[in-house]
Amino acid sequence: MSQAVPPLLSVRPSRALVDEKFSVLVENLPPGCPVTIRSLYQSEDKDFWEAYGHYVSNHKGTVSVSEDISLGGTYTGKEAMGLLWSMRPIPGSRKGLRLRKKDTCAPMLVTISVYSGHGDVRDQAPLASALVERWHVAPGVQRIEITEKGVRGTLFLPPGPGPFPAMLDLWGGGGGLQEYRAALLACRGFASLALEYLKSNDTKPKGLDMKYFETAFEIIRSHPQVIPDRVGIIGLCFGTLMTLSLAAECPTIKPRCIVCISNIHSKSNENTIQEFPQEIPEKYNKIHMMEDVVVWRDMGLAVLEVGHPKVKVGNIDCPMLLINGTDDQNWPTVEVASDIIKTMREAGKESLVTRLDYPDAGHLIEPPFSPHFRAANFMLHGTKKKVMMLWGGKTKPHADAQEDSWKKILSFLQLHLYGAPSLKANL
Amino acid sequence: AALYSRTVSKPNNKNPILMMLSVHPSRALMDEAFVILVQNVPPGFQVTLHALHRCEDGHRWEACAHYVADSSGNINAADDCSVGGSYFGVEPMGLLWSLKPVPGSKPGLRWVRCACDPTHSNIHVNGPQKLHCCFGPPKGPGPFPGLLDLWGGGGQLMEYRSALLASHGIASLALDYLTRTDQSLTVPVSVQTAYRVLQQHPQVLGSRIAMLGLSLGTVFTLKMAASLSPQLRCAVCISGSHIQPVSGEGGVMCLCYRNFEKISFSEQDEVIWRGLLLPIPSDPSLKVDVGRLQCPLLLVVGEDDQNWCSHESATDMKQMMERAGNDQLLTLLSYPGTGHLIEPPYTPHTPSMMVLWGGKTPEHSAAQEDSWRKIVTFLRRNLYGGSDPHAVNLSHL
Repeated sequence: MSQAVPPLLSVRPSRALVDEKFSVLVENLPPGCPVTIRSLYQSEDKDFWEAYGHYVSNHKGTVSVSEDISLGGTYTGKEAMGLLWSMRPIPGSRKGLRLRKKDTCAPMLVTISVYSGHGDVRDQAPLASALVERWHVAPGVQRIEITEKGVRGTLFLPPGPGPFPAMLDLWGGGGGLQEYRAALLACRGFASLALEYLKSNDTKPKGLDMKYFETAFEIIRSHPQVIPDRVGIIGLCFGTLMTLSLAAECPTIKPRCIVCISNIHSKSNENTIQEFPQEIPEKYNKIHMMEDVVVWRDMGLAVLEVGHPKVKVGNIDCPMLLINGTDDQNWPTVEVASDIIKTMREAGKESLVTRLDYPDAGHLIEPPFSPHFRAANFMLHGTKKKVMMLWGGKTKPHADAQEDSWKKILSFLQLHLYGAPSLKANL
Repeated sequence: AALYSRTVSKPNNKNPILMMLSVHPSRALMDEAFVILVQNVPPGFQVTLHALHRCEDGHRWEACAHYVADSSGNINAADDCSVGGSYFGVEPMGLLWSLKPVPGSKPGLRWVRCACDPTHSNIHVNGPQKLHCCFGPPKGPGPFPGLLDLWGGGGQLMEYRSALLASHGIASLALDYLTRTDQSLTVPVSVQTAYRVLQQHPQVLGSRIAMLGLSLGTVFTLKMAASLSPQLRCAVCISGSHIQPVSGEGGVMCLCYRNFEKISFSEQDEVIWRGLLLPIPSDPSLKVDVGRLQCPLLLVVGEDDQNWCSHESATDMKQMMERAGNDQLLTLLSYPGTGHLIEPPYTPHTPSMMVLWGGKTPEHSAAQEDSWRKIVTFLRRNLYGGSDPHAVNLSHL
């Protein structure tokens, strides 16, 4: 009795950093054979995420995800990394999930499998499988928990003796401590401190104290493996409000450069977004619900319209990179970026600004190949209320924005934090 | 890897030179290549790349190479020339294969690696017999083609080649056949047992099993290949020979003992064994009849092999197969300047270890890289390919 020879599935590299690409190749299929290639990942919260593409083998019996076109599935077209960025929770999952890695020192384990045909493959046995590791840390990267002088965060150091340029990494209004971007920056040569400045389980929001950030910045700057005059700041969403505030209004913090993703620059008395509804006159209060999701974008526009106090960005003296998505439904970040540039122009400093507006990308522009979700659960800070927040974006353009912006962030940081000062004089 | 720079002028503390060293990918399989990049280097600057590795046995190995940055301030070890150090020229993986024990190390060290995958283990067969081996099928539902991997007479089970083959989709069993070898038999019982174990394993395709032998392992590989039962799918023989008594008393080791006076010594008192089986006998009872082979055979030999007369044996085997009319099954890869221990690529070259293996480092390393790629292609084509292995055209190899 002869057994059938299975197709040969290989993913190279099988272990990589999360911002690196892989090639998925299936060989030894019959020619012209329809197959489905599927990825499956079980998150730390035990939810299952999947993506899949429909392919037809060529006359040599080969399917190459990097070279061939997916004819259907969670992504279409020639998409080498579609099996990752188009992942979504499997049918029957809880609603409003968001995929974020908590344990940065362990890899994501993704199973890539090939199945016969283009139908529903979930109950079929695969023809072949491969296990792929996606890491946030490279060999030699050190993770150090910081709890000194009241500052809470995690510092990641690149491998090697150093000293290194460094980054302060500020996430958004969801609070808590998200380490994964700082870990990746350390893989790329930047000592990075992910700072916890909004505890997610605080029931009463405290006013944000500039002193806390100054202390954090000083901890980085004075670290023996950090070059003190080459420290930058990267922020997303509420983190950009803090980044711009620190760069503009804090005399002791002089970042070498700043990166602002999904820009917010309107201040409130308590320095939290949640305070805005109380401060905006009733007729401008434009938070609305759209099919059970909360949309804040129009409130943000109202805040801009009424001339709410803003960060004095005209005081910023360092290069800044502004990254936004035009389909951001959480905040009018593109309009904010225009306002920032207008202010910088009036101050004669427009040459410091680089602007990237990504068409049809949403609010949560994360490191590349991570899945996109148009709406997700969000715990309103300072309350225990969980809402479904609309972040916006269409999956494919959002994935493209994540991939492109990450490359541009790294080259921006390399230029300003690694480059020689004489290089800037020649620009 | 680490980066050291020799400064041309005193560094200015206000404008420190900050180079970025990166290796892509940072994690890879042993037979995968990487690219070493240095960026942000002043144009024309001289740098040294240094690699340091501590083996599981505690010994340290190192290599270094000298580079000069181009006008855009970059060095790419895959594209640029090393102008000195452990290797010269464009060698993307030079920092690995040119590794040598650090000065002051014990003489005669050999690069050692242990298993890559903790799933490998000994297999118990029926009754008191236990196979000392290492077996780990590839991940996935299978079933997979199988391979019996026989190392050489150096003792010690080496598992990493099997692990690498598993990453290429082949369920490979590395057998320690020397521990309980009955040297009076032509093929040790353990080799036959291991073949049966593979054939009957639920995750192995019993009709698609190959054998791969290195050095002494080729003796039993050729014997199994020439006997038509069981029918191997294909065979690979690295640095070996077909010279051995075909039947009756005594294995190849007995032949060697009879020719003891043919051992010679190098200037450094290293033992040269290659003369033991020379000249190639014309008596057919002293050679495996490769004219009877019905499966494809890949022979890999180094022309500077000082341990076995593998080059001469390969030439004789080719002639035997031409006379028998089955030479279309033979692919012969013969590498100049290459020694006996042709291992998976990028491992450091050991020219001698009290015993002279032969070969010069750059040629030997190139042969390891080239032959491994061809071995994997040969195995995949024959083990995964269409139903008639004889129809596979391997002339492109």
